[in-house]
Amino acid sequence: MASRPELQAPPEIFYNDDEARKYTSSSRIIDIQAKLSERALELLALPDDDVPRLLLDIGCGSGLSGETLTEHGHHWIGLDISGSMLNVALEREAEGDLILGDMGQGLGVRPGVIDGAISISAVQWLCNADRSSHEPRLRLKAFFGSLYRCLARGARAVLQVYPENLAQRELILGSAMRAGFSGGVVVDFPHSTKTRKEFLVLTCGSASLSSATPQAKGEDGESCSDDEEISGDEENQSVLVSDRHRPRKKHKLNKNVKGKEWVMEKKEKMRRKGNTVPADSKYTARKRKTRF
Amino acid sequence: MRLLTHNMLSSNIKGVTSGFPLRIEVEKMVEKEVELNADFLRNMFAKVEWKALVEASKTLGYTELPDNVEPSMLDSDEFLNRFHHALLELHLEEGALVCPETGRKFPVNKGIPNMLLHEDEV
Ligand SMILES: C[S@@+](CC[C@H](N)C(=O)[O-])C[C@H]1O[C@@H](n2cnc3c(N)ncnc32)[C@H](O)[C@@H]1O
Repeated sequence: MASRPELQAPPEIFYNDDEARKYTSSSRIIDIQAKLSERALELLALPDDDVPRLLLDIGCGSGLSGETLTEHGHHWIGLDISGSMLNVALEREAEGDLILGDMGQGLGVRPGVIDGAISISAVQWLCNADRSSHEPRLRLKAFFGSLYRCLARGARAVLQVYPENLAQRELILGSAMRAGFSGGVVVDFPHSTKTRKEFLVLTCGSASLSSATPQAKGEDGESCSDDEEISGDEENQSVLVSDRHRPRKKHKLNKNVKGKEWVMEKKEKMRRKGNTVPADSKYTARKRKTRF
Repeated sequence: MRLLTHNMLSSNIKGVTSGFPLRIEVEKMVEKEVELNADFLRNMFAKVEWKALVEASKTLGYTELPDNVEPSMLDSDEFLNRFHHALLELHLEEGALVCPETGRKFPVNKGIPNMLLHEDEV
């Protein structure tokens, strides 16, 4: 499998003319993004009154996700950092208005005017520091703070994300909570690596999603996202993040939950902060005998 | 970019306290007809900054919006038609949005405003 796009280049460089065209002409991608957007719109839970709403599509790309909003009769404003993706959106005659912008700089939208926001496969990009001036934590703060402010009271934001690991998942969710959102994570197809999809369902103001109160920390969170594929027809299942408290397959869990990857990442982070960190060796994060 | 979007955007530059409304510089505007939906207009009426919409429409050459409004006007088809036209059918195609406080220009090309900030503006 190809490595994550997020690790290859900054988004405005990764999504160049070539990639934007490739992305938008893949029927597989079109299909997946449409399904994710349908689901996000469903989770937005707009009033069932046929009134068109004003929605945001954050990281709207070439307009695949916005198309779903249009099909449901809504007006939308799309923001993306890649001019190439937006050009493809223009070619495809996206109905929404397009803005070239960086969500990590905050959304320049007036307070309280937006009826709902979706973001499909985009927010995990904020976890990367693509320039020396980038501090993921601050960029997430700017993003979620401005998102919170521009939403009408009680409005929701549904963000489908691909966090790389548990640390990113918690970084994103934590930033959302600190901005004042209530809500949690909905996981569809939790048992499948391939089709597993995560949606942050965030409510601005009142906590109507009381059952989805997310945990601040979850030791077992990572290990519960089973790596094995469940074949055959799988019902569309959702679990709220709080369910992840309950470790399934406990017997299979390695005592050393935090693996090499985690340790290396942590060390790298400390190094970036200027701390002295032992050099990596073959002993780094090796398994140790439990008996002593 | 429709005036609907212009009416929602504000300048996001660090330190700017009143970044709304962004002044419009027009090089080219276009009109695109879309279907009117009265429910949407009623939903938006409460959120739109009316004065900014009137000014923006004038900049794009449309002068039919009343200066003062009240909710009861939403019962009038004629008003709805004008509101609809200004909000959803007038597009700024080429030009710029200008921060009212700092004068910083955000260029608009092919209808897309470039709102990317420089590093020292974040
Ligand atoms: C996988 S694409 C998804 C596009 C679209 N939502 C869809 O469903 O097809 C991710 C998009 O996020 C955008 N993106 C990444 N980082 C961003 C940022 N900081 N601000 C705005 N957009 C960003 C990328 O340019 C890219 O178009």
